[in-house]
Amino acid sequence: MKQFIGFLRKEFLHIFRDPRTMIIIFGLPIVQLLLFGKVINSDLQDSRIAILDQSHDNTTQQITAKLLSSGYFLMGKELLASDDVEDVFRSGQVKMVVTFGPDFEKTLEREGKADVQLLADASDPNTARILTNYASGIINDYVRKEKMQNVQLPNQINTEVRMLYNESLKSVYMFVPGIMAMILMLISAMMTSISISKEKELGTMEVLLASPLKPIQIVLGKVTPYLLLSFINALTIMLIGYFVFGVPIKGSFVFLMTESFLFILMALSLGILISTIAPNQMVAMFISLLALMLPTILLSGFMFPIENMPLPLRIFSNIMPPRWFIVILKNIMLKGTGITYVWKETLILMSMTFLFIALSIKNFKIRLE
Amino acid sequence: MCLWIGWGNNEHLKEMKEKVIEVKNLVKKFGSFVANDHLNFDVYQGEIFGFLGANGAGKTTAMKILCGLSAPTSGEVKVAGFDIYKETEKVKRNIGYMSQKFSLYEDMTIAENIRFFSGIYGISPSDRKARQDVLLQNLGLESSKDTLIGSLPLGWKQKLAFSVAIFHEPRIVFLDEPTGGVDPITRRKFWDLIYEAADRGITVFVTTHYMDEAEYCNRVSIMNNGRIEALDTPEKLKEQYSAKNMDEVFLKIARNTE
Amino acid sequence: MINVQHISKSYKEIQAVSDISFEVKKGEIFGLIGPDGAGKTTLMRILMTLLIQDEGQATMGGFDVIKDYKKIRKMVGYMPGRFSLYQDLTVEENLNFFATVFQTTVEENYELIKDIYIQIEPFKKRLAGKLSGGMKQKLALSCALIHKPEILVLDEPTTGVDAVSRKEFWDMLKKLQAKGITILVSTPYMDEANLCNRVALMQKGKVLNIDTPQKLVENYTRKLYAIRANDMHQLIQDIRAYEKTDYAYAFGQYLHVTGNEDDVEATEFESYLIQKNHTKLEVFDIHPTIEDVFMDRMGEQ
Repeated sequence: MKQFIGFLRKEFLHIFRDPRTMIIIFGLPIVQLLLFGKVINSDLQDSRIAILDQSHDNTTQQITAKLLSSGYFLMGKELLASDDVEDVFRSGQVKMVVTFGPDFEKTLEREGKADVQLLADASDPNTARILTNYASGIINDYVRKEKMQNVQLPNQINTEVRMLYNESLKSVYMFVPGIMAMILMLISAMMTSISISKEKELGTMEVLLASPLKPIQIVLGKVTPYLLLSFINALTIMLIGYFVFGVPIKGSFVFLMTESFLFILMALSLGILISTIAPNQMVAMFISLLALMLPTILLSGFMFPIENMPLPLRIFSNIMPPRWFIVILKNIMLKGTGITYVWKETLILMSMTFLFIALSIKNFKIRLE
Repeated sequence: MCLWIGWGNNEHLKEMKEKVIEVKNLVKKFGSFVANDHLNFDVYQGEIFGFLGANGAGKTTAMKILCGLSAPTSGEVKVAGFDIYKETEKVKRNIGYMSQKFSLYEDMTIAENIRFFSGIYGISPSDRKARQDVLLQNLGLESSKDTLIGSLPLGWKQKLAFSVAIFHEPRIVFLDEPTGGVDPITRRKFWDLIYEAADRGITVFVTTHYMDEAEYCNRVSIMNNGRIEALDTPEKLKEQYSAKNMDEVFLKIARNTE
Repeated sequence: MINVQHISKSYKEIQAVSDISFEVKKGEIFGLIGPDGAGKTTLMRILMTLLIQDEGQATMGGFDVIKDYKKIRKMVGYMPGRFSLYQDLTVEENLNFFATVFQTTVEENYELIKDIYIQIEPFKKRLAGKLSGGMKQKLALSCALIHKPEILVLDEPTTGVDAVSRKEFWDMLKKLQAKGITILVSTPYMDEANLCNRVALMQKGKVLNIDTPQKLVENYTRKLYAIRANDMHQLIQDIRAYEKTDYAYAFGQYLHVTGNEDDVEATEFESYLIQKNHTKLEVFDIHPTIEDVFMDRMGEQ
């Protein structure tokens, strides 16, 4: 035990003496969160749209009014003929055109469905996606609330989740869980893998191996400080999310933190696994960045919806631990659900943790080669 | 022209040779720490100049200044006739540098390394070709020009690194512990190369931890605590400190001042 | 204390050490002398239970290096090349850390390291990374000694360290030897061989010779001459061109020269060199050094 405490003391000294580590651990999460939340805010406001209303009836006018009063859209131009659509896009005046078919209200009442066409300028696909999402959400909402009929709208994008659990359509609700997953993954996995491979590089690992220290003591000694620090990080992110961005925590806070703890443990064991493979700090860093950070951003459903990915990537996203963690977070934070709804994801994270620990122990050498 | 060669006789050196390194009152401070404390010395054309000192005596700092990699705090320094403050680029063109830590790119072949360094120093392709042939022939490596540096034994790497460091015919070559880690025969063969270079008029400025190598230098300076404590021929230094060999001289100087 | 029997080890195609055998007695300073690539580090790592040999057996203090690695790790002090210290910890913190790793305290074993540690104690609050080479070396040795090891394994402890620190370091080793510690030390500096009780001269993974430094020198039977002249560079070229010269190498201020046959006399070299117009000529026979022996054995290989 004394050996272990000595080891811990040393690890904390390493961390507190290195300004870079301190910045990564404590500065990075805050900066990332603020960046994503504020600067790269993908919530669009006052986007100019054009409307081609071939019916001019009560319903279409109400829908138009809903769109324009939502705060997201501004009327750029009212079109008279469908020939004008192309021109208005070419001139760059508007980002989206909403087209109501002829006899909209009548068709809707008679057949229970009507055509609304949302045309977006997809030269900026992200914006286009968000705009159509918003618009169809608003239209759906209107139809459901005002008409109370089973009305099918042409847009295929599933807006249900947002409409139900993110009524104000704020993407910051999406980003907070995503960033939390990314940061915890990065700090836990990258920092542990770097700190172990650093000892290999400097030759101090040779001395540790040649001492009576057991491998499990070395590993635990490396993991414990980062477990603590990452946990503090998780708390910080949660607090910033709550107080700065108003992201709700509807479910149990203790449960949320327990799940975060599990995720951190998973990331740490992954970090150790990386360090058993990487011969030096640089390789450890590359593996961490390439294998963890990019897939976390791209494939975990944090930035791009998994449903929209091609099949191979969708399958691949299943082995991304953050994917499951983000689902858990959203469920607890936004829906307020408990273990009954996320036991499957929790189980997946647990199995991943055990797998990584088992592989690390198998790979961790008591000798040099 | 009388080329001055060998170790032990440099009586006529000072009158005959041009100064290629002139150092006057060189001071380098890092904060309050004085790494180089008023250094004064000259090095002459074609000389093998041994630059010795204990770890942390300030050798590396002084060498970096002479190579134009670091600016002195004060003092006058001229290398190859150029002012180290204002004409750094010209200084760099006229010197070669080799250290134990960095020599050649391990993942490139001999020929590729030569081409790269020729490019840096602006050697024309035809010159390069001719000089490369001579270099490979001298080292007996004609058939291995496409061998990766990484696959060569350490001794060969060092010889090649030295040959490449003087490939652009610099006036001075700086060698920072060039012979670390090799066997005694290879070490001596390396010194054969140093003599050849000095023969051709290239000034050699060398640091080493092997005290027998200090004996091979024309003149030796010994630094301690940022100052040059002694500077003379090995012969005279031994006389002055009544020592059998340079090892004793070194020990006496470094111990006295501690 | 250390027994090495027919140890071989290779990495992929490179034979790092091949068929090495020797014994080190209790309280002995045993030197592995050789340049980089001689296999010194590999051999030491095998003995330190950090690598597994391909062939052969070895024991440290009677324990097998493969089976009983845990016992060996408790009783041996190890100082790898490049002084493996934590650069971002202070002198004191490094020492305390290694003490806890070996389940002891600095106070408990202070007696053993006192002589060495006292020299760096004024800097105990300084980061290890900011120490000079000589001080790092002393700290690394203190760390390796903190658990009172019976055997000390030192991999090139004097490489990259200046002559003064080297000399002090060997003085410290002598004192440790007097306390009954068995020391296995490697070095590329041939002159340090004389400070060992026995040495193994190593080159390219093989042992050239094992003996006491005195015996190694005595067993060198060839005649060796020291020659110097006014113009040493010309001298070395002339002497190498001479048909009766086997080899000639610079040794400090002299050349060391052997004839191609043992009956080549000093006078023969002298008259040849006079004929070549060398002045201030000195030719006399000398006793070989370990380096001469090493170079001679290398030549034979």
